[in-house]
Amino acid sequence: MAAKKIAIIGKQCVACGRCVRECPLGALSIYKGLRARVEAQRCVGCGKCEKVCPAAIIEIKERQVIPNAEKALV
Amino acid sequence: MQKKRWYDYLWIWSSVYLILGFFNILFAWLGLICFILPLMISIVWGNKAYCNHYCGRGQLFELLGGRLGLSRNRKPPKFLSSPWFRYGFLTFFMTMFGLMLYNTWLVVSGAPLREVVTLLWVFKLPWNWTNTAAVAPGVAQFAFGFYSVMVTSTILGLITMVLFRPRSWCTYCPMGTMTQGICHLKHGKDD
Ligand code: SF4
Ligand code: SF4
Ligand code: SF4
Repeated sequence: MAAKKIAIIGKQCVACGRCVRECPLGALSIYKGLRARVEAQRCVGCGKCEKVCPAAIIEIKERQVIPNAEKALV
Repeated sequence: MQKKRWYDYLWIWSSVYLILGFFNILFAWLGLICFILPLMISIVWGNKAYCNHYCGRGQLFELLGGRLGLSRNRKPPKFLSSPWFRYGFLTFFMTMFGLMLYNTWLVVSGAPLREVVTLLWVFKLPWNWTNTAAVAPGVAQFAFGFYSVMVTSTILGLITMVLFRPRSWCTYCPMGTMTQGICHLKHGKDD
């Protein structure tokens, strides 16, 4: 896993879809009209989505890696 | 960024709609599409495709605030997207909508037509230059009321667009709240 960061969607997502349009890697989608969802494999943590979210609920965080198991948790 | 599709130009429809009301208030009836379509989509398909792809108003704010730089681009306060504010505003909005329908009904039952557009539920603008004689007074009254709702929500959206991020209106837009609420009802806690 090359990317060290990832976008995390907060609880107050209004499912407007603005972030989906912004993501250059197609890592975001709106899940059943409920909230935005990040595809961990695709997200590189660039932060573009975070800047446009009208609710300002996206955070760019360090990925948490399980020790001894090169697998991203989030 | 994705390739442009036909529905990326629906902001033109939203702008034209607002302009048409100046020429003839009866065009306001067309705005019902923006009420019925999102609800239908969320009820039938259980998603927010309307907000996500087909809402011209959201696109218009994105264009004015984003590309034309009319937004300060500041983070909006947290309360704006909180459930109590969103549902509180939805309740207020629907109450005012109900009142508008009641006024229409009064005109249908014989009260005189009031040729005014009410902005922000308070400011009454005389709007008597269009000829509405061709239709029943109730039909015209609904058009005045509905156009008032559409212009009022556009003004609120423009204010929050300027103050915060371009699409800040989408965090408390009654249609957005309703369609997301419907999706919650349809899918429950399913995630
Ligand atoms: S951080 Fe970048 S790559 Fe990840 S979801 Fe947001 S826009 Fe897409
Ligand atoms: S832009 Fe923000 S509020 Fe809108 S869908 Fe994405 S995360 Fe949710
Ligand atoms: S929240 Fe309202 S303004 Fe925003 S995209 Fe949805 S319907 Fe349009």
